[in-house]
Amino acid sequence: MVSAAVDRPTPGVSPVAPRGARIDVQAVSHEFQVSGSALPVLADIDLHLRPGEFVALLGPSGCGKSTLLRLVAGLEPATSGVLTHDGQPITRPDPSRIVVFQDPTLFPWRTVRDNVALGLQARDVLRTQSHRVDEALGLVGLTEFANVHPHQLSGGMAQRVALARALVNDPSLLVLDEPLGKLDSLTRLTMQGELVALWQRAGFSALLVTHDVEEALFMAQRVIVLGPRPARIIAEFDNDLPYPRHRGHPRLAELRHEALRLLGLDESW
Amino acid sequence: MSAVPIRQRERGQAFSDPEMLPLHPARYADDPPQAAPRAAQVQAMPSWRLGLVAAIAWFALGTITREWPNKVLGFSDWAYTDPFGSAAWIVGALILAVAALGPRAGRAGRAIRPAGAWLLAIALGLLAWEIATAKLAWLPTPFFAPPQNLVEVYIEDWRRLGDSAWHSICLLATGVAFGAVVGLATGVTIGWSRVAGYWIHPVLRFLGPVPASALLPLAFFVFPSSHAAAVFLVSLATFFPVTVLSWSGVAGVNKQYYDVARTLGASEWFLITRVAIPAALPQVFVGLFMGLGGAFSVLVTAEMMGVKSGLGWYLTWAQGWASYANMYAALLVMAVVCSSIVTLLFAVRDRVLSWQKGTVKW
Repeated sequence: MVSAAVDRPTPGVSPVAPRGARIDVQAVSHEFQVSGSALPVLADIDLHLRPGEFVALLGPSGCGKSTLLRLVAGLEPATSGVLTHDGQPITRPDPSRIVVFQDPTLFPWRTVRDNVALGLQARDVLRTQSHRVDEALGLVGLTEFANVHPHQLSGGMAQRVALARALVNDPSLLVLDEPLGKLDSLTRLTMQGELVALWQRAGFSALLVTHDVEEALFMAQRVIVLGPRPARIIAEFDNDLPYPRHRGHPRLAELRHEALRLLGLDESW
Repeated sequence: MSAVPIRQRERGQAFSDPEMLPLHPARYADDPPQAAPRAAQVQAMPSWRLGLVAAIAWFALGTITREWPNKVLGFSDWAYTDPFGSAAWIVGALILAVAALGPRAGRAGRAIRPAGAWLLAIALGLLAWEIATAKLAWLPTPFFAPPQNLVEVYIEDWRRLGDSAWHSICLLATGVAFGAVVGLATGVTIGWSRVAGYWIHPVLRFLGPVPASALLPLAFFVFPSSHAAAVFLVSLATFFPVTVLSWSGVAGVNKQYYDVARTLGASEWFLITRVAIPAALPQVFVGLFMGLGGAFSVLVTAEMMGVKSGLGWYLTWAQGWASYANMYAALLVMAVVCSSIVTLLFAVRDRVLSWQKGTVKW
């Protein structure tokens, strides 16, 4: 997984790191058609991900964060504006940009191994690369559960399988749509650490959507705060603390205060 | 990890024996999980009073059949009265043996024990039937035949009956296979393509509810042979529910499954065959189950009306000769055939949908 043996040519010009994707979102606005009238959800978003960077999008729920992720993943076209991946316009989903959703969305009729193998099977490379399935299962610590069906897994384990299903494709961008949102708080803390470790090992770019301020600050190098719908970027700050981070660090507390103030919640803190 | 308790629950018997208290396997925590239920049963086995009562009932059935002379009617005596009585004795002896052997009766013993109450009920039912027909002639002949008369039919006409059953099964299998395949394809197409849905859906809504047997006269002159017409009608009867339920299955698939597969690089064909169809399969099986019911009904009707073979044909033929014992015998065969096919369908479903274990069941 860590090796740079990428089986597809890197699209476009990517002079910097070979592994992580460079994502550019330029002047993107988006609206939904709700019973005939247009409902704006994103307003003039500019966002640039450097290769290998970990960026968190923070915002109130329902503000349009997930919509932005769908656009980046290529699941929907933007109403206006341009999204590019290493300079190439994003027009459709691509296995180099994998989304991990809030629900693990495992296919219940497939075993854990077959779920993880999904991407390889979809691209018809499973026969030659099946060893990567076991590697990915090993990365998330679920080797022993390879032949189990999803309904027998706990929430945290299921989300780990979803992560393995993403990692097996060796993505250059991992899009994380509140992936830990439904886990219990202890599992959540553990998996925040695991995700960061995986990101450091594999070197992909990561775009995390969350409404948990601590999660964003603990994991990301840069936090972008979005306002209420239609979402626009209202603030952006770097978090230059080195990894592995410690939750008790005074700098994190400062950043948290600032982020909550931007979200209009500082009075309760 | 809920797999283990579920498996143990499923091992429970279909019949519940009032004498056998359910022993929780957890009490035998030292045993390996496989051996625990067996150990529990052996301990609960020493006496099987219900088995003794059932054996007595079967002996009574045999004795009454053989010793109580049949009521003399205007024709020669019922054949096979004595063999029928002897067979009842043998059944009684077998039950007695199982009861006496206890745990030593092995697997057969364990399988038969829970059915004790049924064994008793069957003996009493046969006894009542025997008395009401052969012994007292309360039920008028020839419309009601005693059990030994059915035995006679099976022994002397098994060739024709077996042949009829075989023809019915073949016709049914052909028709159901056609209907299921076309129905699945149509249902998935409507569920997938908006254009197909626009055109096919109204036709289906309009023509689907028409009972397939109403098309019988039409089918008989449109198709070159009555056999082809019957295959068409049987597949039509299967087609409609399978189509509707595959369609609703595909339409109800969680949209996120598609998003996940698409971001992983899935083609449209992959989405249909590896996402939509597997996700819709539970519904498809409901459709197949409903379709089978319709198929049985239209099959028998078609055989009664024009096809010159099969159990439906046998029924009308028997009725035409006023040989009602043959009719009862054929009905019994039909019950066995139909319920076996449904059992087979359920077995296939349990195998194909084994991933559903512990999630949903219908």
